[in-house]
Amino acid sequence: MADAVKKPFRLGWEPALFLMLIAFPFLPIFESLFFTTTQRSLGDQMPTVFIFAILALGLNVVVGYTGILHLGIAAFFAIGAYTAGILTTAAYSFELPFYVALIVGPILAALLGLLLGAPTLRLRGDYLALVTLGFGEVTKSALTNLQSITAGTQGLGPVPPPALPGLDLDWASDYRPFYFLTLGILIAVVLLLRNIESSRLGRAWVALREDELAANCMGLNTAKLKLAAFALGSGLAGLAGVLYATRLTSTSEPNAYDFNRSIFMICCLILGGLGNRLGVLLGVFILVGFDNILCPIIDAQIQQAFPASGGKIYLQFTGWRLFVFGLALILMMRFRPEGIIPSCRMKHELHPNELVPVTVPGDRA
Amino acid sequence: MLLAVEPALWNSLTQYLINGLTFGALIALIALGYTMVYGIVELINFAHGDLFMLGSFASLSLLALLGFGGLGFTATMTDASSFVIAGVLIGCAILSVLFCAGLNFAVEYTVYRPLRNAPKLAPLVSAIGVSFIFMNAGLFWGGPQDVNFPDLISNDNLLGKDAAIRITYKDVLIIAVTVPLMLALTIFVKVTRLGKAMRATAQNPTAASLMGIDTNFVISATFVIGGALAGAASLIYAVSMNTISYQMGFQNGLYAFTAAVLGGIGRIPGAVLGGLIIGLVRSFGSAFVGEMWVNALVFGILIIILIFRPTGLLGTPVREKV
Repeated sequence: MADAVKKPFRLGWEPALFLMLIAFPFLPIFESLFFTTTQRSLGDQMPTVFIFAILALGLNVVVGYTGILHLGIAAFFAIGAYTAGILTTAAYSFELPFYVALIVGPILAALLGLLLGAPTLRLRGDYLALVTLGFGEVTKSALTNLQSITAGTQGLGPVPPPALPGLDLDWASDYRPFYFLTLGILIAVVLLLRNIESSRLGRAWVALREDELAANCMGLNTAKLKLAAFALGSGLAGLAGVLYATRLTSTSEPNAYDFNRSIFMICCLILGGLGNRLGVLLGVFILVGFDNILCPIIDAQIQQAFPASGGKIYLQFTGWRLFVFGLALILMMRFRPEGIIPSCRMKHELHPNELVPVTVPGDRA
Repeated sequence: MLLAVEPALWNSLTQYLINGLTFGALIALIALGYTMVYGIVELINFAHGDLFMLGSFASLSLLALLGFGGLGFTATMTDASSFVIAGVLIGCAILSVLFCAGLNFAVEYTVYRPLRNAPKLAPLVSAIGVSFIFMNAGLFWGGPQDVNFPDLISNDNLLGKDAAIRITYKDVLIIAVTVPLMLALTIFVKVTRLGKAMRATAQNPTAASLMGIDTNFVISATFVIGGALAGAASLIYAVSMNTISYQMGFQNGLYAFTAAVLGGIGRIPGAVLGGLIIGLVRSFGSAFVGEMWVNALVFGILIIILIFRPTGLLGTPVREKV
């Protein structure tokens, strides 16, 4: 083995992406370039993108790894956000630091995932999808109506910034503390998922997705596996929720956690590549970037170019948002159903006639 | 026991029952489109609710063309003679039915047909995409706000002005349209050649096509019928609720989809039963629990029913094939 040819060093796409993201705040030239062309701060928007990336990765555990169509991820996102709201705001007497919420939020969301999953995971595909959808609607309705707990449509706030002892950071106007906090947590999540994917559990999930009956016959406890995926996915969604509320300094209104949010996250997964971490990240960057960064910029440009157009909804770019989304989904499904960066298994499944070299994730030579 | 109940309570219970059944019948009509399509191609057609929404905008535009007021129309149409109104309504019905059926056919032909052999997730996601596009079209058509639909049918109580129980012409219209349509559909699927072909295709598409059934034609026909039912439902909904918006397809589509699953998706009587249950839960729930909890109640009951009857109320358990 000592004679084995040493492979040339190759930086994977994932570490490269994160190195770039870490480097971004240290190179203010990009930020200022972006600001001079669009009058907006890119760094301000990035933490939101990272938070949705965590949410999407959590959803990917359920939808991508085990193949359960989950249409209610926003509910668990909401649980995280409202946990942060209840634990940290002055509306309640707890007023605990952010870091407690960061731990309690995901745990609560995961427990709720178990609670929902335990009786319903034996349902067949589409029925289960509807149960998750229904759970999302029930949660949204509860958040709106339990005014004494959630403050209804006003939302809980203000959620204090995550103060670090000994460090005096400006969380409100400087984008960098949040940037690094969310990026750091995102990287931790990616590392966790990378390890889980190649572990016994991750491989069992894939077996479950490919053929539940066969997996069962091989001695896998499919019910437990599904529950584990549900709990992990919900927990990650809760984590994203805590960060979201902290970032917005409020839980926002219950409509921020509706069915559209869940569907939007599903779209991110499908666009980027179901089951593939890098694909999911790319999907989130594209769609959230389109929504939060590109749309307002183009709108502002149109406003500037045609000041008379104001008011007419079809003359605003945001008015075409759903159309662009819908068309993108349809074209994607028609021409590249495996997503932009597919996982090799998915690719093989969807194009069985093309010879694709199949490699097992985690089996790095 | 019945005598012990106060007459006032008895009256209001009857009223909730009537309200629930009429709304439920409407939801059932939409749910039929979901369940038929699911039964044949195993596709949750997310765009169906938005198709329903576009149907009512089509009726609204025809009414505007005929001079019954544009998008901002609010006044009650009581002075026009009832013959004119009946004619206009029939015209709207023909338009919205043809529009929805045609649109559903076109979408099936261009979007879902090329994905016939793709994995199940592909047409589902495409349906979400179509739903987005429909919603955007509705947004451009009617604007972001709620739109008033001309109040063509009087709100007078059929049982007299002071009667304790209210039954309006609108309630009668809903029942008079939905029940015959549902019966006709059931007979159609049971008796006709095409209905038989539909059942065969639902059971096993490959075997059906080997027996000489043009499955593509059957699937198109299913989409056309489902679209036509949505078109009919859209007109009755708009006429009886008098408010439409580009978002109503989502909420009502969700109810209808829930109804279809509740009754056992793919089963026509199941969709009707599910629709009626949802209508009743909605009307009794808003009376006794509170209107704002209706959605939570509907979906809570759905989850509980599915826990105990995993394939819906009338669905038959499916054994996984190896």
